[in-house]
Amino acid sequence: MRSALWPAVAFSLVAGQAGAQTSLTGSVAGELRYFPQSPAFAGQADDRLQLSTSLEARFSYDFDGGSDRIVVTPFLRFGGAGDGRDHVDLREAYWLHQGDGWSLTAGIDKVFWGVTESRHLVDIINQDDALEDIDGEDKLGQPMVGLSVYGDHGTFSVYVLPWFREREFLGFGRRLGGPAPIGSATFESPDGTSHVDFAVRWSHSVGDLDIGLSYFDGTSREPRMIPTGPALVPHYDQIGQAGLDLQLTAGDWLWKLEAIRRSGHGPDFWAATAGFEWTIPGIAGTGADLGLIAEYSHDGRHPVLAPATIYDDDLFLGARLGLNDINDTSLLAGALIDRDTDARVFLFEGQRRLGENWLLSLEGRFFGGAVAPDPISAIRNDDYLSLSLKRSF
Amino acid sequence: MKPVLPLLLASLLGTAVPSFAASDGAARGLAIALESERRDTGWRDSTVAVTMILQDRRGQTRERRLRLSMLEKPGNDGDKTLTIFDSPPDMAGTLFLSHAVVGADDNLWLYLPSLKRVKRISSSNKTGAFFGSEFAYEDISAPEIGKFTYNYVGDKSCGRLTCFVVERFPAYRNSGYSKLITWFDTSEYRPQRIDYVDRSGRILKVLTLSGYKRYAGRFWRPQTLTMQNNKTGKTTILRYGNYAFGRGLTDAYFSQGNLRNIQ
Repeated sequence: MRSALWPAVAFSLVAGQAGAQTSLTGSVAGELRYFPQSPAFAGQADDRLQLSTSLEARFSYDFDGGSDRIVVTPFLRFGGAGDGRDHVDLREAYWLHQGDGWSLTAGIDKVFWGVTESRHLVDIINQDDALEDIDGEDKLGQPMVGLSVYGDHGTFSVYVLPWFREREFLGFGRRLGGPAPIGSATFESPDGTSHVDFAVRWSHSVGDLDIGLSYFDGTSREPRMIPTGPALVPHYDQIGQAGLDLQLTAGDWLWKLEAIRRSGHGPDFWAATAGFEWTIPGIAGTGADLGLIAEYSHDGRHPVLAPATIYDDDLFLGARLGLNDINDTSLLAGALIDRDTDARVFLFEGQRRLGENWLLSLEGRFFGGAVAPDPISAIRNDDYLSLSLKRSF
Repeated sequence: MKPVLPLLLASLLGTAVPSFAASDGAARGLAIALESERRDTGWRDSTVAVTMILQDRRGQTRERRLRLSMLEKPGNDGDKTLTIFDSPPDMAGTLFLSHAVVGADDNLWLYLPSLKRVKRISSSNKTGAFFGSEFAYEDISAPEIGKFTYNYVGDKSCGRLTCFVVERFPAYRNSGYSKLITWFDTSEYRPQRIDYVDRSGRILKVLTLSGYKRYAGRFWRPQTLTMQNNKTGKTTILRYGNYAFGRGLTDAYFSQGNLRNIQ
């Protein structure tokens, strides 16, 4: 009996889509940051070089024939000599059950909504991991129960978010930490971080059009920074936010729109980001692709009763070059230009693979022309270059 | 619905193939392509593991592992394909979903696992390289019959076999090619070789399909695809593992909403 069973087991392992029921993947990275300028504020450390290390490991276990899965992904960054970035987070820790055309997630997970590149206006489920980067693309894991149903009528998802994650701040005295100490957070809701938030979204593709409609009700992920004595106190209001994201894929052109209407931050307001991404394949007879991005952001929020934004009336222009070489070399450069002030943010990101397992990245961020209350003015002397080497496994 | 199509095609072809005059190159070419498709109809869905080997002009190589899942759709509904990247490790979990469309651009989505972002991408960029390989997107898109017009050129020997040589002319916009010279062997109608002729009439790339094996008693699948780019001197080799058929994959599996659940 036993010998007859073994081939069956071996077959099921080979035949399984994933090949293995258990997997461990992840990466270790070293990052060197260089700040060419002295800081803007008295009391801010004049660090020029910061070295830190990060680790992300994703453990996944499939059971019940692949219909159920447990995923746990811890992340940690450490080693900074007082750079304020040391932290640990559970990016994922969830159980997933999949049916035919539906899935249920319970635990800590990440959800992304939206289409534009320069601003993620509609995306609201997860808190920013502001210690990792200032671009809002790194997120803290969010506790949730989520149900998705997908099929011919698109994807319909509902989320119950029972625990709120506060934004973490680099803090006064650090590079990119701003001009003032950060106080303890306050909340509009007496439930504080245990307020239960809700979100729903429907998304669908109809021919060349991709559409998403969403609504969020709960604690704003963006805090208002309220001056209190010498400190700034993060205050989290209760908001309602309706979101729309649209993408029209027309030949080499991607036309994009994200728009929100939000209540709870002073008077109700609209905000929108719209633009295009135009790809030119095989430029100059090479195999390289060039993408040009232009996006305009408008935000009608109240200057005091809503969290400050840098996207009030701004234009983003960017170019992305993919060499399509054996090392997947790519470059992105861009500028965010405030149409009313001289505030500018310039950025570039380049990366290439070294061998199969190593990835080398170089990033730069440069801040120019901003004066208070533009949030960029708080980091105006913190231009930096970042060199990182990542080993994936 | 599915059993109907092979019958329909069989009845059509049963009379069509022999009755076309050899001089009628367009009709004969179409008939050969239809017969090739008819013989490969009814597989419903399939999965296969692939090793993609990129080789540059200097002989430097890189290896990528991916898994393909395919869903057969009847008639003018395009097939659906999902590509899962397992390596290089920093790309692991990246997904590429394609819904082929006859008479318009295919619908393509990319899933980026680090951001958990589903991104609709342009498919008019057909000439662009597929993930650094010598395969353009249009080379790996499902070769639905209605995407081409045809011209039968003649029979030529191809290795130990004899091949029907059929020119396929892209009927979709923005193709990088003027025609694809496709060699189907006369015994099983399997594509053995494709010469990709660029807009200026030169053979830009040559694809060789080899090591055909028969699965489920009917479906021939190659074990190795070699794409040689004459212009760049670069080569991409795809090595296929064991195919599995009839796993019961559904449309829901190939929907955008399912992308975040796939690993």
